[in-house]
Amino acid sequence: MFNAKIYVTLRESILDPAGKAAEATLQNLGYKGASKLRIGKYITMAVQADSLEAAAAQVDEICQKLLANNVMEDYSFDIE
Amino acid sequence: MKFAIIIFPGTSCEEDVLHAVQGAGHQAEYVWHSEASPTALDTYDAVILPGGASHGNYLRSGSMAAQANIIPALHKANEAGKPILGICNGFQILTEAGLLPGGFLPNESMRFICKPTEIKVENAATTFTNKYAQGQTITLPIAHAHGNYYADDTTLAELQANNQIIFTYNQNPNGSQKNIAGITNKAGNILGLMPHPERAVDKLLGSEDGLGLFKSIN
Repeated sequence: MFNAKIYVTLRESILDPAGKAAEATLQNLGYKGASKLRIGKYITMAVQADSLEAAAAQVDEICQKLLANNVMEDYSFDIE
Repeated sequence: MKFAIIIFPGTSCEEDVLHAVQGAGHQAEYVWHSEASPTALDTYDAVILPGGASHGNYLRSGSMAAQANIIPALHKANEAGKPILGICNGFQILTEAGLLPGGFLPNESMRFICKPTEIKVENAATTFTNKYAQGQTITLPIAHAHGNYYADDTTLAELQANNQIIFTYNQNPNGSQKNIAGITNKAGNILGLMPHPERAVDKLLGSEDGLGLFKSIN
């Protein structure tokens, strides 16, 4: 059994209104040095596979098929 | 014509769509999303994916409905060139299923918007808009939180070059690129639009501007 931590984020080039709103609030709180705030999704999942490589391949396929939309989002994952 | 109206868990506009389709002189039946046979839509002439919040719109709007058992039959209907109409969540499902290009982001205002909206008919020479005049402004209600259409520049250029941008907002309510309210696929047999034509088929309810869309399909 392998455990995956998956991160799905909007592409850099795409406006993230939720991130912008949170960043504006940080500015308002006085954190003038805080910038580039982006809000994404964090997904955890367990997968059954014979090897780490096979598990990673499966997670990658799942990300492409369902968890991330390749029109607008990027994904990455850690697996162990 | 005989329409299939596909229902997913969380679809909510099917009765309005049925009313609109029948009002335009067509027959229609509901088809459940779990129909796994690739021939499930063979006996229908056209298919509609109504609005709502399929699977709670969890993960992304339409993402799970796009993996439903009925989807292979929908691809088969597309290959046969049948008219396929996706309204609101139905439009989102069609993009998630790869039947229409692009995708949807949250409205720029981060708010759910529900109001009558002026829509321009950019292309009246389609299966879905031939009862309208080119450039005509119609009023249809919108009701969505994720109606902000997004596609990369190459895709947008292709949509424009092929006259696939069918409806645009006169005043952009949600941040959609190119003011897009509705597009077709390249072949022209699939239309997705965010406004709700089925909620504008009777003057008693404020507008009958949506009826032309259902009457156009023949």
